[in-house]
Amino acid sequence: MDFRSGWPPPVLDPAGPFAGPLTTVAWVLFVMGLAVFLIVVAVLGVALFGPPRFRRSLQTERLVWIGGIAFPVVVLSALLVYGLATTARLSDAADEGEMRVRVTGEMWWWRVAYLDTEGREAIQDANEVHIPTGQPVVIELESADVIHSLWIPRLGGKTDMIPGRRNFMRIQADTPGVYTGQCAEYCGGPHALMGLVVIAHTPEDYDVWRARQAQPAPLSSLPGAQTFTAAGCGACHTIRGTSANGLAGPDLTHVGSRRTLGAGILPNNQGTMAGWISDSQAIKPGNRMPSYPVMTGQELQDISAYLESLK
Amino acid sequence: MRFLSAVSLTVPVVLASCAEPEYPRRTVAGADAARGLELVRETGCAACHDIPQVRWPKGRSGPPLAGIGTRPLIAGRIPNQPDAMGAFIQDAPSLVPGTAMPAMPLNDRQARDVAAFLYTLDDD
Repeated sequence: MDFRSGWPPPVLDPAGPFAGPLTTVAWVLFVMGLAVFLIVVAVLGVALFGPPRFRRSLQTERLVWIGGIAFPVVVLSALLVYGLATTARLSDAADEGEMRVRVTGEMWWWRVAYLDTEGREAIQDANEVHIPTGQPVVIELESADVIHSLWIPRLGGKTDMIPGRRNFMRIQADTPGVYTGQCAEYCGGPHALMGLVVIAHTPEDYDVWRARQAQPAPLSSLPGAQTFTAAGCGACHTIRGTSANGLAGPDLTHVGSRRTLGAGILPNNQGTMAGWISDSQAIKPGNRMPSYPVMTGQELQDISAYLESLK
Repeated sequence: MRFLSAVSLTVPVVLASCAEPEYPRRTVAGADAARGLELVRETGCAACHDIPQVRWPKGRSGPPLAGIGTRPLIAGRIPNQPDAMGAFIQDAPSLVPGTAMPAMPLNDRQARDVAAFLYTLDDD
């Protein structure tokens, strides 16, 4: 599948019950805004070009009280109540038994952790959220550094990730598919290159995916496994089942199974992997992973082959 | 008059010899360069190569590909001929051991399409 599929996400095409109300609210606001605009333009037209009798009637103070104060107060208050009532449930914490995923905004990628029923982080991943269809999933939004904002337009609203705070966002996909998202709050440097994808599976497929994801990496006889260790990659990256246990960068235990590299920006294959390791700064300037110009072609070949084998 | 006519005959010849040498444009029979460019985008070749038609990224680990259509050698080793180009795209390490460029997940037809695209990249 083309790594760009689902990108850019259509913003008014809801694919689940928590995006639907937001789209309705958006349309109501558009239509109301248009109506008010047309009224104002009509009154302006009368004031400028209308017959003198009408123009005189616009000079009263009563019109200011009605059109300038009473009308906006009533209409905006009604819209506020309507909007809050429609979206109230979208940002509640998880109820008992609801699936929970913690997504932490980092400069400039997404740390993803699937929580068990006790709320402990059971599986680590990055830049992808896998969910089963037809059930609500509560995303716990946190930030490791600055303010980010997670926006997956087809599944839910835009919600900020604020340092020191935990926000909640409910999403649900009705049909299996790929739903793309993006950091929607400028967070410095390569903010525009901070994408995320939600992959919705049927519940059966999701269980298979989760069981496989929970496995550690198998012992590998590929030469790249040695090279990875020798080059010190494990200082920042974890590969469960090996000595690599760094926490600064994304968990790589199943990196070969991801759709993209670099937070949604490159297809994931051995070539892009080698290019990313060799000179990620040319691809995503300012990202926290340094380029490794000291690596030979053979080392890049070996490491990328090893990482792509981690399905 | 004879001198002038000699000059008028010589000047064009001298100027012509100063012009850029003409390289014959290589072609790949039956391949589709437009589809090749699409494959280049899908595969992410630009993670390592600066490719004129791909605006971003502009990777630097591999050589820039502007002018690859008229260069004599691939990777400084192999004569730049259509079949060799296709084979190199599919499995570079088998032709150039030690290269960072890995075997790419493309079938024969796709590799020919990509080669056809690369041969549209002249120096000018």
